[in-house]
Amino acid sequence: MGSAAPGENYLNHEKGLKSWLTTLDHKRIGVMYMITVLVFFAMGGFAAIMLRTELAAPGPGVLGEGGVYNQFMTLHGAIMVFMVIIPGIPAFLGNFVLPLHLGAADVAFPRLNLASWYCLIIGAAITMISLFYHGVDTGWTFYTPYSIETANGTTWVVFGAFVIGFSSIFTGLNFVATVHKLRCKGMSFFRMPLFVWGLYSTAILQVLATPVLGITLLLLLAERLLGVGIFDPKLGGDPVLFQHFFWFYSHPAVYIMVLPAMGVVSELITCFSRKTIFGYRAIAFSSVGIAVVSFFVWGHHMFVSGQSEVAGVIFSFLTMLVGVPTAIKTFNWVATMYKGSIQFASPMLYGMGFLFLFTIGGVTGIMLATTALDVHFHDTYFVVAHFHYVMVGGTLMALSGGILYWFPKMFGKMYNEFIAQISFIFVFCGFNVTFFPQFILGAMGMPRRYFDYLPAYADLNLLSTIGSYLIGTGFLILLYVIIDGLRNGADAPANPWGAKTLEWTAASPPIHHNFENEPEVTAGPYEYR
Amino acid sequence: MSTDSATVTRKHAHHFKDGEHEFQSSILGVWLFLSSEILMFGALIVGYIIYSGRYPEMFAEGAAFLDKRYGAVNTVALLISSWTMVMGVRAAQTNNNKAVVKWLLATLFFASIFMVIKYLEYSHKFHLGIYPGKFFAPVGEAAGLDASTALYFSFYFCLTGLHGLHVLFGMIGILWVLLRARKNEFSENYYTPVEGVGLFWHLVDMVWIYLFPILYLI
Repeated sequence: MGSAAPGENYLNHEKGLKSWLTTLDHKRIGVMYMITVLVFFAMGGFAAIMLRTELAAPGPGVLGEGGVYNQFMTLHGAIMVFMVIIPGIPAFLGNFVLPLHLGAADVAFPRLNLASWYCLIIGAAITMISLFYHGVDTGWTFYTPYSIETANGTTWVVFGAFVIGFSSIFTGLNFVATVHKLRCKGMSFFRMPLFVWGLYSTAILQVLATPVLGITLLLLLAERLLGVGIFDPKLGGDPVLFQHFFWFYSHPAVYIMVLPAMGVVSELITCFSRKTIFGYRAIAFSSVGIAVVSFFVWGHHMFVSGQSEVAGVIFSFLTMLVGVPTAIKTFNWVATMYKGSIQFASPMLYGMGFLFLFTIGGVTGIMLATTALDVHFHDTYFVVAHFHYVMVGGTLMALSGGILYWFPKMFGKMYNEFIAQISFIFVFCGFNVTFFPQFILGAMGMPRRYFDYLPAYADLNLLSTIGSYLIGTGFLILLYVIIDGLRNGADAPANPWGAKTLEWTAASPPIHHNFENEPEVTAGPYEYR
Repeated sequence: MSTDSATVTRKHAHHFKDGEHEFQSSILGVWLFLSSEILMFGALIVGYIIYSGRYPEMFAEGAAFLDKRYGAVNTVALLISSWTMVMGVRAAQTNNNKAVVKWLLATLFFASIFMVIKYLEYSHKFHLGIYPGKFFAPVGEAAGLDASTALYFSFYFCLTGLHGLHVLFGMIGILWVLLRARKNEFSENYYTPVEGVGLFWHLVDMVWIYLFPILYLI
């Protein structure tokens, strides 16, 4: 390994925009993903605020009639899913941290890593073209046959999502190869940090599930451009086949979103409890277990789509099975905190926010998995609340905690801890104010995806809208924390949290080749006490 | 063992321990990519199987219209091309770049036979008005086809079209490796691209081994 000049690190190793756009350094690509994801998050968040503003009161509101609302809803969903939450933790935090966690100098295929970023950017650009073709109003799920007939913009969004799929496959492929081939001396599988286990399970899903979405979107394009009729009932095709294909990817995709989040939380909980993680192997294997089971649960999206009752019962059972490894993780995290010396630092607050909110999201998921209840709850706000508790309460909480946790390592600066804690209070409280009422609304029967509703639902909707402003404020404060930390933060030491994983033995920020000398591992990742 | 004196020596990327480490990692990456491809084709083939189970008569009528001889010749062409590809990889491992070029040219030749026959099949169908889905309007000797067979031909075009694209990608890959072999870039110490493109090519052949029976024979 080359030795770096004093004061030289990956950020100032080379200079200029071109050195960034052509970089093969996983840390720089991670930072580029960070900027990209934050920009898309702002766009998706803006759409969300507009939706909630429209829904603040019954009747036509700020978005006028339903057509514009449907476009905003679709944009919010498509951007948040394909461009924020899926690349969020793996491609951004994972890219930066994975090689450092393993004591490697880079990911296995640096060029492919850069290509994956360009796939995301190009795919996103193609998606945005749709805005010039009467937008897209299908929702992010593109259900046929409506998506075959509706506005031209749909073609572009579907094609954009197809290209973004390559980004995801490349990242997954890269991470699997990295974990298998680039562990440093002494880094056995059971000495890997649990974030690596989370990323590894995610990567397998990315490699094996994303191509099914790819072919589904290609067929939808063929449907729109050539009228092949495979999903078109007019030509003998079956629209439900689209749903099967779509959810064969998109249900595992839910775990693509949440498994790395669970990995981040494992790091946060153990570090800030100053205690060896409870049940390391159980957490590691439960990540893999969730990944495996997640391939066999997609049918729970079709309980009311005319699928056979036997299939419904089987999918219901398998869906509940996911609860087991998830509960194993949750109990292990709580057991880790038990008798720990807990520091309520802002990353830990976000980590505990994850525990609290994700548990609610998970338990309501079990409710939805019971077929009898699902007949009542499907396509109501109960479902909306459930998956926001998992996606936002789970993934975004962990992402925020992860950003704060690794911020000193990434940029060599400390952020303002006090303001970061304020941001957590806003996000956490705002989140519950926004989405808890939606459980009640859903149980009352309010259907999702409409721009208007009966006056009986008005009070809770107003409450929900107020909550969404609180979340928005919280994330703006978090953005301020990041920018303020970059500009005015004090220099960070190599290991500000006293954590035990390898990345903290590298300098803050790390040098171009990560470590001065290849590290050698002689103990597990969490030897606190 | 002495190597070809003209062989270009090559340095492995900085994050690998040595050339062997880099080779193993790259091939693992190729296999992961291939598993991804299998899932993609797999989904489409599953769709085909579901529909053929649902409409057996329509699929039988459509399949009877395909020319088995074309399909059989194409199968043989691809099988031979797989063999020439293997010989190309072997030549790279034994430092014989000239033989790599020769074997890859042979592979390209058989791949071209496949594509030409595919072109003939497609143009014959278009000539008879057999287009996918809603453009299906058979005339001439195809006029007797039931309108519902449109769905069968939609699958035919999607499956063979996607596979044809992969043949094309494979040919581009082979050409790229071939040009590098002409510059004597490969040796027993470095033949990763030949091996990788070879694996991809075998997958393309393998997919056809499944497509031929389900489309033409059953």
